[in-house]
Amino acid sequence: MSDPSTSPEQSPRDMPTSAAPLAESFAQSFVRPLLRVGALLATTLTLLVALLVVTGHDPAVALRALVRGAFGSWYAITSATLVRAVPLAFTGLAVAVAFRAGLLNIGAEGQLLAGAAAAAGAAALVGPSAGAWAIPLVLVAGVLSGALWAGIAAVLRQRFGVLEVISTIMLNFVALYVVGWLVRGPLQEPSRIYPQSVALPDALHLPVLLPGTRLHLGVALAALLAVYLWWWMRGTAAGFRLRAVGLNAHAAATTGRIDVARVSLLAFLASGALAGLGGAVEYAGVTYALYENFSPGYGYTAIAVALLARLNPAGVLGTALLFGALQAGANAMQRDAGVPVALVNVVEAMLILLVIAGDRLSISNRTRRDRT
Amino acid sequence: MSPTGSHANANASANAQAPKSAAESLRPLALALRGVHKQFGTTIALNDVSLEVRAGTIHALLGENGAGKTTLMRVAFGLISPDRGTVEVAGRTESAGLTPTRALAAGVGMVHQHFSLVSAMTVAQNIALGGRGLFAPSKVDAQIRRIGERTGLVLDPHVMVSELSVSAQQRCEIVKALARDVRVLILDEPTAVLAPDEAQTLLRWLRAFVQESPEHAVVLITHKLRDALSVADDVTVLRRGARVASGAASTFTEDTLAEAMLGADARGTPVGYEVLPGVVTHADSGGAHHEVLSVDRISVADARGIERIHQVSFHVRAGEIVGLAAVEGSGQEQLLRAVAGLLPLRSGRLHAPADIGFVPEDRHRDALLLDASLTENLALRDAGTRRGRMDWLALARRTTKLLGSRDVRAASARVHARTLSGGNQQKFILARALEQAPPLLVVENPTRGLDFRATTAVHAALNEARNAGTAILLYSSDLDEVLSLSDRVLAMHNGRLREVPRDREAVGRAMLGVA
Repeated sequence: MSDPSTSPEQSPRDMPTSAAPLAESFAQSFVRPLLRVGALLATTLTLLVALLVVTGHDPAVALRALVRGAFGSWYAITSATLVRAVPLAFTGLAVAVAFRAGLLNIGAEGQLLAGAAAAAGAAALVGPSAGAWAIPLVLVAGVLSGALWAGIAAVLRQRFGVLEVISTIMLNFVALYVVGWLVRGPLQEPSRIYPQSVALPDALHLPVLLPGTRLHLGVALAALLAVYLWWWMRGTAAGFRLRAVGLNAHAAATTGRIDVARVSLLAFLASGALAGLGGAVEYAGVTYALYENFSPGYGYTAIAVALLARLNPAGVLGTALLFGALQAGANAMQRDAGVPVALVNVVEAMLILLVIAGDRLSISNRTRRDRT
Repeated sequence: MSPTGSHANANASANAQAPKSAAESLRPLALALRGVHKQFGTTIALNDVSLEVRAGTIHALLGENGAGKTTLMRVAFGLISPDRGTVEVAGRTESAGLTPTRALAAGVGMVHQHFSLVSAMTVAQNIALGGRGLFAPSKVDAQIRRIGERTGLVLDPHVMVSELSVSAQQRCEIVKALARDVRVLILDEPTAVLAPDEAQTLLRWLRAFVQESPEHAVVLITHKLRDALSVADDVTVLRRGARVASGAASTFTEDTLAEAMLGADARGTPVGYEVLPGVVTHADSGGAHHEVLSVDRISVADARGIERIHQVSFHVRAGEIVGLAAVEGSGQEQLLRAVAGLLPLRSGRLHAPADIGFVPEDRHRDALLLDASLTENLALRDAGTRRGRMDWLALARRTTKLLGSRDVRAASARVHARTLSGGNQQKFILARALEQAPPLLVVENPTRGLDFRATTAVHAALNEARNAGTAILLYSSDLDEVLSLSDRVLAMHNGRLREVPRDREAVGRAMLGVA
């Protein structure tokens, strides 16, 4: 609460000039998240070293392996870290959009699988002779399928009041087993030996951005989408409605006269579409086939990615990169220093706990200040 | 049976009120409160109030909104400890450190206005909740069936509470109390949530309950005179925290009860409010101004589908404040929302402008995004119809201007709404509603929970808007606020509306349903 006598002098300063707020919102959305990523990085390293010491590994050897695996070479950066960050970015954006609308969509995993399965199905439909013109078709199939999968949970919520937390988790398992059936049934490769789909023809691969690496078009797509969503959420009326519904659905309906049911439905569909696109991109850009363990839990890690970014789409890029690097590094650490990957998973989980606890602390500090 | 149950009341004859027949005065008191005093801050909620509930009777506790009825019964149930005074149950003093647990053990149970049931549990689980020892489902089932057979309050023990209707939930609350051997049953506004025939069933049941055993008694908190007179044996009336009348129901009429509730000051200037400058009586406001809102025989149902407003007609002209006076649950909530375009009409016609400012009662729930900036909260006002891009620069400028011109004390337009005091939040909400000078403003309890200065500021803002030509429909649960602000007053009772002279007694009687 300001001293009333200061408000007249203060108001001119509060009057935004044309450039200031944009610069400020840029700082808020990009610079501060970067600082956060820095702090997160430091915390991550500290936790990791502590765990390595406790479990009796040589931290120096292990960390060297980790850094080498994540950033040690041009190939490591482009083909391991960045490539792993892409599905995390798509699913992280999916979670961020849903959570911002107040929807606890835990189903990015299932929506990603649904997207990948539909992409594989679309590729099978157009056949091996299809040219690059079919790439958009494959991606759109992923988008629609992810949205549809999320739409099931959305309808269950609006028609029958089923909690989306429960339904989306359940649908993850359904998607997992449907993929399992597909790769042993309709989509299995012709020799019928391996439980996986036929390999995607070269013409349908997502273009590689840098020759000699695995860096595919999906990276650019994820980055563009993140920036667009950042702008859309703060810059458009529809984005504002989504945030308003997430902040307080009652006020959104009563004061804003917002059609809350419609906004929730659209947010759910958009969230599923993003995760589904992530699945299609992973399929057409990295794996080139659908198989049983297609996703090592991208959709679950995405929740951490989105929360660490405080549900800011631009921040999701940063945290997806952090987790991509950690996972790329973890593989190298296991290979070169014999440190189990599980250790990095523990660090990831601890990070989430720390960040959530930190947020709670700052909120309670703030309310305490307000009261005095 | 608990030991207190059979305890003969030695004080009964000494405590008996106004001498009645010998047999009646010998009836022991089931519940007695003596000299109960309770102060919250500077407000005296209860001023040395006494209440004697005779065993075997229904006792109606009457009063306007905020008269202290619920507070008094919360003292009796041990939810509030009084500053002074004692509580006696069946002749035994229970005052020192009375808790709900001890009140229940002594045989006093309370059914609150807002039920305290776990909706995701079955009836049996809810009734067993709070008991001691093991949960034996078959025992509880048998107990519920026994109570059902004995009292006629039949419930299926295995049904989820969430699947029960409101009246069945109320039945569940009562059975919960009966399962604890409650002999004195306190019900807080039990008929407010019920449809008329459900209410009649409940009142008939209460009569049966007190006739079942000479130890039973009921305290019925209500502001419905008709209920009180039709079902109660005794009546006590509270006004502003003090007992103003008490006696056998047969000695009262609706007229005398209304007079007791509204007080002798009913005819004078409303207490606590000065008549603000700029308030003109409705004689000067009519005529020249056009009707902004006209409502023609509308009926509106609540979320349960029960019709709450029956064939209501009225109009509001530009430049006048029309006040709505009503006791809680008379349908005013639905009427305001129907006018504001937030509830559909069941029948009738309503002509209202496209742009309506609505100031809801619960500002944290319905009016603010607490964790968003004031600029974003300003933008919320027409978020539903906005297309394309958000011009945050212009919105921030508008917010800053609004903060200055309406004297909202906030550091800047960027601070979150949560950081403002309640008074400044309300000033902001009102300023936002009025910013684009809407032809019609609908206001619900605009000064609820605000201190004196904020209240004055809100009143001034409403008057200023009125003088600038805005048509205002105002509801307040505080009758004096309605009277001091309004040019015309409409009294609402049981979903029906009647225009009444701007006179405290006339309005008070009309809202209580007395002709």
